[in-house]
Amino acid sequence: MEWIAAITAGIMAALGVWMMLDRHLMRVVLGIAVLGNAINLGVLTAGRFAGERAAFVFGNEAVTDAANPLPQALVLTAIVIGFALFVFALAVLKRTHELHGDKDTDKVSAATEQPAPDHNEDHHEPEGRA
Amino acid sequence: MMNILLVLPVVIPLTTLLLGLLFKRRHAWVSFISLSGSLALLAAGAWLVMLAAQGMVLSGQMANWAAPYGISLVIDRLSAVMVAITGVIGLATLVYAHRQPMPADFLRDVHLFVQGLLAGICGAFITADVFNLYVWFEVLLIGSFALIALGGGERRLAGAMTYLVLNMLATLMFLLAAGLVYGSTGTLNMGELALIFRAEQASSGAWLGVMLMLLSFAVKAALFPLFGWLPASYHVAWTPVSALFAGLLTKVGVYALIRMVTLLWPEPGMVHTVLLWVACATMIIGVLGAAAQTEVRRILSFHIVSQVGYMVLGLALATPLALAGAVFYLIHHIVVKANLFFVGGVAARLTGSERLAAMGGLYASKPLLAVLFAIPALSLAGIPPLSGFWAKFVLVKASLDAGVWVATFFALLTGIFTLLSMSKIWNESFLKAHPQPEQLGVAGDGPRGAWLTMIVLAAITVLIGFGAGPVMEYAVASAEQLVEAPAYLQLIERGAE
Repeated sequence: MEWIAAITAGIMAALGVWMMLDRHLMRVVLGIAVLGNAINLGVLTAGRFAGERAAFVFGNEAVTDAANPLPQALVLTAIVIGFALFVFALAVLKRTHELHGDKDTDKVSAATEQPAPDHNEDHHEPEGRA
Repeated sequence: MMNILLVLPVVIPLTTLLLGLLFKRRHAWVSFISLSGSLALLAAGAWLVMLAAQGMVLSGQMANWAAPYGISLVIDRLSAVMVAITGVIGLATLVYAHRQPMPADFLRDVHLFVQGLLAGICGAFITADVFNLYVWFEVLLIGSFALIALGGGERRLAGAMTYLVLNMLATLMFLLAAGLVYGSTGTLNMGELALIFRAEQASSGAWLGVMLMLLSFAVKAALFPLFGWLPASYHVAWTPVSALFAGLLTKVGVYALIRMVTLLWPEPGMVHTVLLWVACATMIIGVLGAAAQTEVRRILSFHIVSQVGYMVLGLALATPLALAGAVFYLIHHIVVKANLFFVGGVAARLTGSERLAAMGGLYASKPLLAVLFAIPALSLAGIPPLSGFWAKFVLVKASLDAGVWVATFFALLTGIFTLLSMSKIWNESFLKAHPQPEQLGVAGDGPRGAWLTMIVLAAITVLIGFGAGPVMEYAVASAEQLVEAPAYLQLIERGAE
């Protein structure tokens, strides 16, 4: 079971990295999501899939064949955080698209290299747009 | 009581954030709550430093789950001083941002996100659990993403995008590393990892995981060759925000590097050799990158990279003196770097630009600002008797003692280039006449809080310079504690009973 999950995680990670190398910003952001999920699967796999039953302990009864709850807890945390960051990245992407008209990564790099606007402190988008 | 003190560095910013959110419609209340929260964090930090200076190490298990199963928190000397400095810079940023000519909504958002960011930073400084460290990294990342994008505009969002993608990648690497380490050692507790590595019982899988972890810390700390994201993004943010980032964010990465490397490998070895070369390359390439820049904040951003090299150099040399130098450098650098960004912001406001070509005339029109620039700038370059001199002196002495001439050479060479870079800013924006004299000072001096911030931070720099003795003693004791790591190891022993 582990090796299937491990290979899947590997393929997904390769896919994610390949997408991140794309010129199109949308694919870069999606690539991060794919890579994030590959890593989530990887973390889960690293904790082994031994055990079939939930690790609930009632009284002094020992649970035999319990699944390891720790990797599950880790991955659950990571999924929640990853989702929030992905949504934020999409929001920034949407705004970038509105400003640039297209989503070429070179355009983004070029925009950060623009000379600093004068009176930098006063540069602020009007309310309700950002 | 001890347990409450242990979690205060995280609880204070989080409570402040929640209170701020409750009253988010009343902007004046939010800034009051946020400023008092930062003051409380600073007070808690100072208290922790006082306790730590007496040799007390706070440690505990969250929810009383025994180590290594529960999350351990440890505040030793280094953690305490980092929390205190976070308090200083957090408060400085918010005072500087107070009453800046920006929309009220914008300022409120800055207050709230800065509190979230501070919670993440403090959490990263006090945790003794690898996965918990990942969670704090994410908390501070979310805060920093929001802060860097705040205000919008083409240039800023482009910088935010670069920052976001590369930092998310680094954090994902860290997550994978945590998973691999857990998979091969069965623990995420730093103390237990230290025991495994110190007993040389680590499997190759554990090594792989830890190396990946160090790689992700290296991205966070902006080490060569992984620093590309920093100069591409720091200069686009709002000035107080970029000062906060410049002071604290890369240092969280440096702290994590120092913590893991000293815990896992108390004796110099292969990892230290790699770090030594990386540190030398980071120092010199960062400073050379700065030489090519023509805007104040871009020059300063490259200097962050170069200065991080010095701290890692101290870690790589791994003698007690060198480690103490690294700790001293951390303390000194955070204050100096944030202050330079603050001064740069006021200079840009007065001259109407932060492009060196369009600046000038500040020495004649604002001598106070010239002094306030000269103090951190000279300190950064390592001119006695300011704080940077002692930091560099200790590192250079440590590298001479260790017989690592190449490190001495690069450290001194980088110092000269740093001075060159600082004099470039000085000549262009202070000495030279302003190209359009009628533009000079049109925007006014700006809020008094900004000036107060710069004066206090400059005073701290001078104070560290003249009072280097006690600070150095503290740093030396921290370095000892880092290697012996008593609290980290005791938690495991106690858990095993």
